[in-house]
Amino acid sequence: MPEQLLFGAEVFLNGLMAGVLYALVALGFVLIYKASGIFNYAQGVMALFAALTLVGIMEGQIPFAHLINAILGTEVHHFGWHVNAFFGIIITMAVMVALAWCVQRYVFRHLVGQEPIILFMATIGLAYFMEGLGDIMWGSDIKKLDVGLPQGGSFWIEENTQWLGFGNERFYGFFLDQLDIIATGIAVVLVAALVLFSQYTKQGRAMRAVADDHQAALSVGISLNFIWVMVWSLAGFVALVAGIMWGAKSGVQFSLSLIALKALPVLMLGGFTSIPGAIVGGLIIGVGEKMFEFIVGPMVGGATENWFAYVLALVFLVFRPQGLFGEKIIERV
Amino acid sequence: MSDQMTEGYITEDGRKIGGTLMEMKNITLRFGGVKAITDISFDIKEGEIRAIIGPNGAGKSSMLNVISGFYVPQEGEVWYKGAKRPQMKPYQVAQQGIARTFQNIALFEGMSVLDNVMTGRLNHMKTNMFQQAIWKGKAEKEEVENREVVEKIIDFLEIQSIRKTPVGRLPYGLKKRVELARALAVEPHLLLLDEPMAGMNVEEKEDMSRFILDVNDEFGTTIALIEHDMGVVMDLSDRVVVMDYGKKIGDGTPDEVRNNQDVIDAYLGVSHD
Repeated sequence: MPEQLLFGAEVFLNGLMAGVLYALVALGFVLIYKASGIFNYAQGVMALFAALTLVGIMEGQIPFAHLINAILGTEVHHFGWHVNAFFGIIITMAVMVALAWCVQRYVFRHLVGQEPIILFMATIGLAYFMEGLGDIMWGSDIKKLDVGLPQGGSFWIEENTQWLGFGNERFYGFFLDQLDIIATGIAVVLVAALVLFSQYTKQGRAMRAVADDHQAALSVGISLNFIWVMVWSLAGFVALVAGIMWGAKSGVQFSLSLIALKALPVLMLGGFTSIPGAIVGGLIIGVGEKMFEFIVGPMVGGATENWFAYVLALVFLVFRPQGLFGEKIIERV
Repeated sequence: MSDQMTEGYITEDGRKIGGTLMEMKNITLRFGGVKAITDISFDIKEGEIRAIIGPNGAGKSSMLNVISGFYVPQEGEVWYKGAKRPQMKPYQVAQQGIARTFQNIALFEGMSVLDNVMTGRLNHMKTNMFQQAIWKGKAEKEEVENREVVEKIIDFLEIQSIRKTPVGRLPYGLKKRVELARALAVEPHLLLLDEPMAGMNVEEKEDMSRFILDVNDEFGTTIALIEHDMGVVMDLSDRVVVMDYGKKIGDGTPDEVRNNQDVIDAYLGVSHD
């Protein structure tokens, strides 16, 4: 039985780290939802787009190469240079800020004051637009993203946890993916930075003000447009980090945009308006689905990971619709 | 029409009022077919307390929203500090030094009183995002300086004891006071108060009146306020504009207005035929 327990612990740890990635995506949702009341369906596609752009820039790919070739009859594909990961990330971030500005300027500025459902529909449109744009710009083949993060299991952890088995021959120590460990570290730093930013800087204060009351924010001289562009940029940054992590793990492919769907149950658990909620929700879903698969999976024939998160979210919707950390819903009569 | 009025004057209690700070010229505001304001002109002079009164639905709040840029009038001009104001967003108006409070209190409910008041300082903080991100040095110094200003205002309005309380938990009267504190933190040239005493009990009203007078007295802030309570208005203000059905029916000192037949009719109700 201690063997089972050890495997359980390993599954738990792996679940935590998978949860961190869910949390990263959910974080992007929360940022935009809090500041503008927009449920950004495109968050997952933003992660995809960021990852595609990063790979494209690092590989020196010419954007819109297929389009250019088709129109001009040329045969260009690459600039012939390579950009290192650091500068690649900086340039990609600049692209994400530009994207945030465009989204605000050409989409949401014209929809100020509209119903939430209309804003939501606009983000669905945005998602498909960006998916198409990513395709035309960088091509639709699966790409390898190598930003120099270590891959594979950590032998160090494996060797140093082997004693936990107390001579049990079937236990080789915990298997933890190095990338997952790094992702966890980065996510922790990112969240801490976001919290510090929103609590202690003037832009952060302005951001919280806009999230709270638009009219009041205007009356103290805060430009809503500026804050919205800033928030979309921040969400773009979070998307970039998430995109790098997922991309490094399983390659940059268009199914990446579907991770947005996993963020939905995370948000239902954590609440749509809470940054800590997104983190805790992500961890619960990550651990929950791995543990469920480990314990219940064998009894029902496995593949529970696909649906567990959604069922858990449904249960939450019944008993605590505002989520763990969300603002309580009080109906005034 | 206002040429003979651009000079300042001396109030009854001996305060010296300066030249024209803001002038509304023939403002007309329509919502679809409904005229909220019809061809109204008046001015606000530096250092005075100017009241806009009138029965329900007279267009007082609309007028305040025009001044603060929330509504854009179809006709007329807004002159501020001797220049015609181009069409502006509300936040740009605020950046020009016009602060306001709202009839239905618009505070940042999730934030502490201190944070709420600090938002009023945003336009006095000049460091950019990178300096803010580094935090040490310029940004920190700036934060401390502005914090001092805010603490003074908090002292002034006697809300020290609730500095760290989330605004959402405060009772109505205190919320009104926090909103005033936030507007003061802007260090406005012109302070707009939309029914600062609505829904208050007698004691709270007295407190608020005292604060309004003190603000005007101590900082020399020009104040334009809307109020329902006639007694309060007459005591507080130097000059009064009276509106009814979107039209101006009186303008002058409280005494002049009190004796104006149109005003008496509007308030006591005379059939409009």
